[in-house]
Amino acid sequence: MNKIVIDDMFLTTDMPTTAGSKMLEGYTSLFEAEVLTRLKAADYVIAGKTKVGEFGADLLGETCYFGAEYEGETLQYPAAAAVKSGDAKAAVVMDVNGAPRRGAAQNGLVSLKPTYGRVSRYGTIPVACSGETVGVIANNAADCRDVFTAMAGYDSKDGTSLPESMTEQGKAAVTKKNKVVVLSSMLKGTDEAVQGRIAAVTDQFTKNGIEVVVADADVVAYAGAAWNILMSAELCNNVSRYDGVKYGYRTKNYTNIDELYTNSRTEAFGEFLKSAILFGSETLSTENYKKVYDKALRVRRVIRDNMAALLADCDALLMPAASALAYSRTLVEGDKYLPYKENFFTAPASITGLPAVIAGGVQLVGNAFSEDLLLDLAELV
Amino acid sequence: MKYETVIGLEVHVELATESKIFCSCSAHSFGADPNSHVCPACCGMPGMLPVVNRRVVDFGMKAGMMLNCDINRVTTFDKKSYYYPDLPGAYQTTQWFAPVAVNGRVDIETSAGKKSVRIKQIHMEEDAGKLVHDISEGTTHVDFNRTSVPLIEIVSQPDLSSAEEVEAYLVRLRTLLRYAKVAECEMAHGTMRCDVNLSVRPEGSDVLGVRTEMKNMNSIEAIKRAIEYETARHINAIENGTEVLVQETRRWDDAKGKSYAMRSKETAGDYRYFPDPNVMPVVIDDVWYETIKNSVPEFPEVKREKYIALGLTEYDAERISESIMLCECFEEASEACGNPKEVVNWITSDVMRILNAKQMTYEMLNLDNKAFGKLISLTLDGKISRANSKKILSAMFDDRAIEPEAYAEANNMLIGEQNDDLILGIVKKVVESDPKSVNDFKNGKEKALMALFGKCMKELKGNCDPQQLKVILLECING
Repeated sequence: MNKIVIDDMFLTTDMPTTAGSKMLEGYTSLFEAEVLTRLKAADYVIAGKTKVGEFGADLLGETCYFGAEYEGETLQYPAAAAVKSGDAKAAVVMDVNGAPRRGAAQNGLVSLKPTYGRVSRYGTIPVACSGETVGVIANNAADCRDVFTAMAGYDSKDGTSLPESMTEQGKAAVTKKNKVVVLSSMLKGTDEAVQGRIAAVTDQFTKNGIEVVVADADVVAYAGAAWNILMSAELCNNVSRYDGVKYGYRTKNYTNIDELYTNSRTEAFGEFLKSAILFGSETLSTENYKKVYDKALRVRRVIRDNMAALLADCDALLMPAASALAYSRTLVEGDKYLPYKENFFTAPASITGLPAVIAGGVQLVGNAFSEDLLLDLAELV
Repeated sequence: MKYETVIGLEVHVELATESKIFCSCSAHSFGADPNSHVCPACCGMPGMLPVVNRRVVDFGMKAGMMLNCDINRVTTFDKKSYYYPDLPGAYQTTQWFAPVAVNGRVDIETSAGKKSVRIKQIHMEEDAGKLVHDISEGTTHVDFNRTSVPLIEIVSQPDLSSAEEVEAYLVRLRTLLRYAKVAECEMAHGTMRCDVNLSVRPEGSDVLGVRTEMKNMNSIEAIKRAIEYETARHINAIENGTEVLVQETRRWDDAKGKSYAMRSKETAGDYRYFPDPNVMPVVIDDVWYETIKNSVPEFPEVKREKYIALGLTEYDAERISESIMLCECFEEASEACGNPKEVVNWITSDVMRILNAKQMTYEMLNLDNKAFGKLISLTLDGKISRANSKKILSAMFDDRAIEPEAYAEANNMLIGEQNDDLILGIVKKVVESDPKSVNDFKNGKEKALMALFGKCMKELKGNCDPQQLKVILLECING
């Protein structure tokens, strides 16, 4: 039975979609996410929704209004937990800010974040539209591949969806080189467990005749900083629509429209989201646009060019998905900037739109349209 | 001291596309029930993604070409953020960084002479909804019908210096955009709106004065009144120190004939523009560009000169070239019947009379122009009487599918040779049935002939060449 769970970021007409926020508590959409329509048509059964952090922007769901999930004292990503426990064959997830990749890595699961534009975002709660993608978490590469195949493809309802002709052309350009590059600059700040996983996967590849070389690419290390700016700005804009006027939470405490806006948002949004809104708003101000936001856009292009150059003669860039394979309650509750910091590892794929696969606790970032090749590599791990 | 007024205009024009800019909802909801032309996309519900309506880009490009602009071959959309209940997503998708058209020019002529008004840019954007205040309940309701209806904003350089020039500029814009068939431009319908940026300075000075922006003028006349008022207010402030001029947005109250400063809250704020990541840059390739370029009509002056060369009077040429619909009617009908002078007579008499009777504007003219030309030919050839041709034309206004000859035949309006015996038969019958009139005529009463003629025509239902009928009638009476 093809039982799957979905992040509470996908709009459904038969159950509410909250995006982990009090703002959307009880909100039921008038239409369904395109991926769900496609998955149902391919005989997948949606067993239920998994909790996400507020608007999917945090570390592993710890900012969910309906409660974070801890396994003992270790923070757990609900979608990954559902797959790990066997409740579902796979989880369809929204990779806004890397949470699904971190969740898969810490649980030893396989996860795919496809090339930007290969899976429709129609009917997903919009947060960081320029980089977020629909992804999959499963027990193995084969299940990931099945789910991805069922939901990928052009959708005219999404202006950023890639036409089939472009996808075919892109896939044809992917050639196998039997070479993986470890980016040493991305190992910064990782713990022993993570470094151990990198070493283990390197061994695994070498044994299978894949050449593993180490390279330095400092510029990729700026992806996190640039992505935090872009992501926060887009988030700020995207959650502006929740103003208490049309749907969602409305304060009881108002006498005019300004109070309605301010109090609804103040009462319904959580602290992490508010900090992201303020940060994002600031980066877009007339004063800061050129020196902050526009610079981040230019950095994005430089990173994209650099990563394309690095990927020109290898199959994937091998890097950690996180600094650690477990986050304790004390750490999570003690450092409100942790999600921004951990973006260091997930942002390179988010900001470039390149596909990434998690396997064996590490991350492989590949060329555009190389999902199949990345999943082949994951099978060796 | 003498002063000069420096005016720049921001004109919003609703594009006449079938559907809205980013969804497939109908863009035409004038007079419709509130929220009857909406979907989750134009209501800003989460999860809907914008898909650019290519017709909007077609129209934006064409408008740019009409105003002599350069077209940005890669044009992008940006988000402009602000909170207002009529803006469901709390952002407006507009063009901030790479508008569709830039660096244009509009030529005008006034009593002060000819002038070129530079166009800074034309950008495409979505309209906002409307707030409806229920005073009895003390509540406010939102109508999203207009949300996401496509607009272009035409931003001029501050090249205008009087109300008369502003009027000439707006009329010219309206004519050109209607010529291109991209917009209705009806201020009374809100499909053309104009904000006036105005400052005053001593004549000859090259330093600009304090600029104010005025909104809420609903007609060209109101705009002229607002400019006169605001100019006087500025001069008064400068000369007499009646008030300190500040850069601000003001609301024109046409009933009171005054402008009022809007609350700073309504105008202040940082719009935090940034590129909309959900709308891919629109790349206008050569094929697309040329297709639109080829669809740009001749300008009114060119048409007028051409018509004069065809033998039309200056007056008629001017009247026809006023509207692209009249031009097309004239050109296509002339081609079909080969007699431009006759066509212009029909247009300026019959067509305009029917339009007037139906309370239609020139832009609403929906005739099959070739069929209209055919109708003129049939009439000139004596196959349809002039009286019947008017009836047929009127019917053609209501039904484009009418083919004049077939329609005339089906309704016994066709004058044919086979009818000669019929005419004679009817004339004989009438003459026999009214010996009194025959005798009266024979005794010199000319009117009696007209009575007989009228009876015959009635029996023939008008399907007869009057000259022919008269000849037959006289032959019959005179035996």
